[in-house]
Amino acid sequence: MPVEVLMPALSPTMEEGTLAKWLVKEGDAVKSGDVIAEIETDKATMEVEAVEEGVVGKLLVAAGTEGVKVNSPIALLLEEGEDAGALDGAAQKATPPQPSPEGEGEDADARKPATAETSPPPPAGEGRGGGRPASKPASDPEIPAGTDMVPTTVRDALRDAMAEEMRRDETVFVMGEEVAEYQGAYKVTRNLLQEFGPRRVVDTPITEHGFAGLGVGAAFGGLKPVVEFMTFNFAMQAIDHLINSAAKTLYMSGGQMGCPIVFRGPNGAASRVGAQHSQDYSAWYAQVPGLKVIAPWDAADAKGLLKAAIRDPNPVIFLEHELIYGETFDVPAVDDWVLPIGKAKVRREGSDVTITAHSRMVGFALKAAEILAEEGIEAEVIDLRTLRPLDTETIIESVKKTNRIVCAEEGWGRCGIGAEIAAVVTAEAFDYLDAPPARVHQEDVPLPYAANLEALSLPGVDDIVKAAKAVCYRE
Amino acid sequence: MAAKKPAQRKAPAKKTPAKAPAAKAGAPKEELLRFYRDMLLIRRFEEKAGQLYGMGLIAGFCHLYIGQEAVVVGVQAALEDGDQVITGYRDHGHMLACGMTANGVMAELTGRIGGYSRGKGGSMHMFSREKQFFGGHGIVGAQVPIGTGLAFADLYKNNGKVCATYFGDGAANQGQVYESFNMAKLWKLPVIYIIENNQYAMGTSVRRASSETHLHKRGASFGIPGEEVDGMDVLAVRDSAERARKHALSEGPIILEMKTYRYRGHSMSDPAKYRTREEVDEIRARQDPIEMVRKRLFDAKYASEDDLKKIDREIKEIVNESAEFAKESPEPDPAELYTDVLVEERA
Repeated sequence: MPVEVLMPALSPTMEEGTLAKWLVKEGDAVKSGDVIAEIETDKATMEVEAVEEGVVGKLLVAAGTEGVKVNSPIALLLEEGEDAGALDGAAQKATPPQPSPEGEGEDADARKPATAETSPPPPAGEGRGGGRPASKPASDPEIPAGTDMVPTTVRDALRDAMAEEMRRDETVFVMGEEVAEYQGAYKVTRNLLQEFGPRRVVDTPITEHGFAGLGVGAAFGGLKPVVEFMTFNFAMQAIDHLINSAAKTLYMSGGQMGCPIVFRGPNGAASRVGAQHSQDYSAWYAQVPGLKVIAPWDAADAKGLLKAAIRDPNPVIFLEHELIYGETFDVPAVDDWVLPIGKAKVRREGSDVTITAHSRMVGFALKAAEILAEEGIEAEVIDLRTLRPLDTETIIESVKKTNRIVCAEEGWGRCGIGAEIAAVVTAEAFDYLDAPPARVHQEDVPLPYAANLEALSLPGVDDIVKAAKAVCYRE
Repeated sequence: MAAKKPAQRKAPAKKTPAKAPAAKAGAPKEELLRFYRDMLLIRRFEEKAGQLYGMGLIAGFCHLYIGQEAVVVGVQAALEDGDQVITGYRDHGHMLACGMTANGVMAELTGRIGGYSRGKGGSMHMFSREKQFFGGHGIVGAQVPIGTGLAFADLYKNNGKVCATYFGDGAANQGQVYESFNMAKLWKLPVIYIIENNQYAMGTSVRRASSETHLHKRGASFGIPGEEVDGMDVLAVRDSAERARKHALSEGPIILEMKTYRYRGHSMSDPAKYRTREEVDEIRARQDPIEMVRKRLFDAKYASEDDLKKIDREIKEIVNESAEFAKESPEPDPAELYTDVLVEERA
């Protein structure tokens, strides 16, 4: 059987083209790679190469023909040992293409996937994207009665989490700028070098892009890196590896390439350090499928969730906060304090309004709740703890009780965590709402340096109180 | 390209018996035949991929490796089991050289469930943990720190393995490459950086994009040695890679700049107007890596025309079968949309 040479698609969008010129004639021998024709596409003039060896038996489309459809036969190639007699049957079978009438594109759908029309719509509900948990996360472990509660700073709780996991698993190592000899830019890695040595506590050069990618490679290679960013502001130089390399590769590899890595460091506003060093990236990372995103507030959560993050087989973004590193909270003195990722925590129960917050804003929300209580408003404060997957169940349950919600976050409001929560609540608990969801967030400007402007820009306790009263229609 | 004129070169004294055809041909018969076969498989596979693209069965980006076959085949011959390989998006040749099946690669190109990524990756995103192939990366240069990290893991585990990290002349201008060079040398990581200099970063020639065009010198400020290699000569490639592997294990990173050439456009929709047809034809006629091995096989009387025709037919069969497989393998089930986003927790 002679081989049909088909009109090739030479670009992803090409549906038809002009066969501008033949560079071979009938009877010519060709081998693969020889240019046989020139075709004008919607973008450019391109050369068509032979992909089989043989002799040109018949040219089916004359040079200069316009509107030749992709995939229609343009020539017949005789294979080794075939003679021209073989052409007769084939020539009849291969109907020369008709130029398509103008403005008509009945073949335009030819390249669409076969299932496009038959595919059912994506099933709705849990575990179907949106960063919702696939299954109900476990609850926090019970703390046995009589357990010592040890006052610990968030800084030390994070350090303890890393040290415990490094003792437990030889493949866990810490890398980042100043994590070893300097003992951590914010002293979070204090004494790790002394205990684990330079093989497992690795000082890097100031090259976020490079060492983030290197960490991803080490994770692909079977290690469990904990990569510290001195602050998440600097991770913007590395964000390609966090998202394109760490978050997406499992999916793109059909499940082969798990990337067990933790990227951690302080996130959000510090104090008087200006716009470049004061950004909250919660919403950025929380948007990305393939990541888990954690933003704890107190020391017990910092410890229990960092240990869970290190054990998790997925890439985890662990957002800390510089301004709470030094705050002291009780941490239960149990052997292996690990908390479930994806589970919010009701910090204060209340019946009148739900306040959601994460990271440093949890402290503000609790203070706001005290002030509100003095005025007779009982607020329920939910510490989100994990931003992806987001524990929407706990939020919805609370709103069904309080009928009002204030979503507080330190970052910008546009497309923020609060925007997402407001959308979810509106969609899933619309009938329970007695007021539109309210948001508290940073002003929509880069963070200023001047003390008064910085204070005006960042959300605080008063903003939460004001928003809560507003949704309760008080004052 | 001294090896191109074996007749004029005095065969070095070797243990092999009189006439020493292996020395004359540069490699033992079996190895040379394997090189021929492996390079031909890549070429025919890529031609077929181009054809399926033309038929609309492959979509999106599709970067063909035709012309560069000697690089991966030569390097692979110097690697050992357990060594890792990672590259950018012109990756089909690397996968085949690593021993991944033509069926699995072709079916990924057509976006079918039988593909290495179950149809969810495509041309630029395929992986095989079994064959230690770590992708397949679509962002120019991103594979370089990742490959450096794989070498970091090798050293951490002290497993005696190396990572062959490939990138192109275009990626050689990426900042992250130099961040990687710095850390690799600082920590003596067992990594071989293989720059496939095919002379064009998409449509921009090396001369128009690089202040220092001798890319093997790019490690100098980090103390990383580099070597320029005739990337069209599979034997020169193999020899350099053998040296490099030893170096990587004892001294840390090394750069091999493979001078090579791609015959096809950057991707399928590249009209390649930045170079002349004559330039392509010239290299094809005088430096084709497969023809070079074919000539060596004939000169050393290792194979007859018929012997090679037999191999050609075998390869054609493998490639045709892969195309059939890639057409017949079903599209992924719609439920696949939601799998592999996260590794599911094991209870």
